[in-house]
Amino acid sequence: MSERETEAGLAESLLRRAAPDRSEFEDLVIVPIFAVVVALILGALTMLATNVDLPTIGKSYLALVQGSVGSLNALSETLTAAAPLTLAGLGIALGFRAGLFNIGAEGQLLVGGMAAVITGFSFPGLPMAIHLPLALLAGAVAGGLYAGIAGWLRAATGAHEVILTIMLNLIAFRLVDYMLRLPWIQREGRADPISRSVLTSAELPRIFTWLDPNLRLHLGIVLTLAAVLLVHWVLFRTKLGFEFRASGAGPDAARYAGMRAGLLIVIVMACAGALAGLAGANQVLGVLGRATPGFSSGIGFDAIAVALLGRSHPWGVLAAGLLFGALEAGGRQMQVSAGVSIDLIGIIQALIIAFIAAPLLVRAIFPWGFRRAAKTPKE
Amino acid sequence: MTKTKSGRIVTAAAVAATWAGASLAADFSACQVTDTGGIDDNSFNQTAWKGVEDAVSELGVTGRYLESTAETDYEANINSLLGECDIIITVGFLLGDATKKAAEANPDQMFSIVDFAYDPTIPNVLGQVYATDEAAFLAGYLAAGMTQTGTLGTFGGINIPPVTIFMDGFYRGAMYYNAQNGTEVTVLGWNPDTGEGLFTNNFDSLDDGRAFAQNLYDEGADIVLPVAGPVGLGSAALADELGIDALKIVGVDADLYLTDPEKKHVYLTSITKRMDATVREVIALAQAGDFEGGVLVGTLENGGVDLAPFHDMEDLVPAELKEQVEAIRAGIIDGSIAVDG
Repeated sequence: MSERETEAGLAESLLRRAAPDRSEFEDLVIVPIFAVVVALILGALTMLATNVDLPTIGKSYLALVQGSVGSLNALSETLTAAAPLTLAGLGIALGFRAGLFNIGAEGQLLVGGMAAVITGFSFPGLPMAIHLPLALLAGAVAGGLYAGIAGWLRAATGAHEVILTIMLNLIAFRLVDYMLRLPWIQREGRADPISRSVLTSAELPRIFTWLDPNLRLHLGIVLTLAAVLLVHWVLFRTKLGFEFRASGAGPDAARYAGMRAGLLIVIVMACAGALAGLAGANQVLGVLGRATPGFSSGIGFDAIAVALLGRSHPWGVLAAGLLFGALEAGGRQMQVSAGVSIDLIGIIQALIIAFIAAPLLVRAIFPWGFRRAAKTPKE
Repeated sequence: MTKTKSGRIVTAAAVAATWAGASLAADFSACQVTDTGGIDDNSFNQTAWKGVEDAVSELGVTGRYLESTAETDYEANINSLLGECDIIITVGFLLGDATKKAAEANPDQMFSIVDFAYDPTIPNVLGQVYATDEAAFLAGYLAAGMTQTGTLGTFGGINIPPVTIFMDGFYRGAMYYNAQNGTEVTVLGWNPDTGEGLFTNNFDSLDDGRAFAQNLYDEGADIVLPVAGPVGLGSAALADELGIDALKIVGVDADLYLTDPEKKHVYLTSITKRMDATVREVIALAQAGDFEGGVLVGTLENGGVDLAPFHDMEDLVPAELKEQVEAIRAGIIDGSIAVDG
């Protein structure tokens, strides 16, 4: 009897492992899909309200699809935009997993990007096999150290990481302004803040230029995928990752279990900063080839939404990064073919995030999409 | 019977539609990529876009634009117009790198860029630059003649040549007034010799425009020249509150009296950079098949730059000062007055 019971229990647990919980599936897949649908509908209503006619709305959503996945160039643009968002989003997701709300990706991205650019234009004559990894490493280390400051202050003094990282963002903005005017960084013959150009040996090479010279997709996408795998492995397959998750899920329990909370905070922040720094390096080495005050262009803030949308799961973050990249590339095409304002894409993005952040609202709007909540926590 | 008939009619209509489509495809299209200020900035991007609009109504071309929201957009925006447009017009010095890259990768695509001259020139890019200091020199002279406090102010968006050339001309015009009239008017916010001055480091914050104008006003300036696109609208709002006796604004790029009707009374004049005229000219050249890479310079002489009318302040400006300004204009055009110090 008891043997059969354990057998049944085992079978059940195996089954559960093979087919993850329905509610998890709903959370990870159905809610985001419906959130996107509602956001697109509301986006259409917004366009209607601003006197855009129906054919143009249809045309603009068609352009959104074409511009994001409709051609080789569209795919290239989507992936190019997705790479830095995913990298920075992974960093923020790591923080969320450990219970830290890191708003500082923008600053970490700026600092990392600056370090990568400086490494990238210094050292002429280095072979690419050394120069490029060195520049990437510089970006990751600088971003990690910068975020480490916030982590250390949090661990040592208990200051809240939200405030710390926001303040460090402000410092990073001005630091970049200042650095771009230093004579050894500023491009010769220019009075405006712009860095020297990254040497070819430190550029992330474009992958598909042999097909079409205008395809911008560069090696950063490979780097991004590698980072997704690495973060997944660390988070779910290593002791360190377990400690991250444990201290996020139950800080007190983690402390009683003998985990060193302070050290963990510093390590998490440093890892998050390294990923954001890589995102910055990805931009300056792969897309821009130089740094200017605006090179971060809000990626660090969008990445917060990417991490939230991806439910702080590496694959989720990748999917969310791709979605945001697609919205960016498709949004451009909306402007080109339908003449709809780029601001509308911002509104649609905001709506998507708002709906994903409010799963109960989505469930209320689409009751037939979900299994009725059988096990309410109240019981 | 009727079915076949209507079927034929449909076929005929389809053929006609194909013809119409073919002739539409033969149309000339001009596309503009804006800088981050946006197409409705009342100033820089908007003036250039007016050139495209003029070409649309006068030359029968089709026109459209793409707004850049960040520097990372420049290259992507240009790329997404490749092959869609006969000529791509990029607006702004900061798009220089991206335009060059795209032009070199696509030698058969015609490009034109506002505010950038390549050296050496690129065969498929026509740069549009402006001798803005000529008109700014007139504005500096005028402002020096109008100031009650003996102090003028200026500030810029970013320390780049197309911005500082306004400030150079304004400064030197005021100094010329001093030399001619034995006065000691000072200009705050820019020193053409050291290349240093006041900069907001952006082209979009109206708050900065207000704060910078306030600082200059606090230091005694009663006429301020903001050279930062829409940022200057913030300065105009301050002048509106303080009253024009306390603070007047000199507009840039467009005649702001016309493009900023809510605050039109605060503008003494505007240093107009007729990007609309040169953009339209470039489109006309390209449409006629006369496009050539190189540089197109707008001057006082060809109307590419000018001083806007005084409008409501017409009566405030002494007739004698007006005559002097006109004399200097003639002097600059015939080369007897040098505006570059």
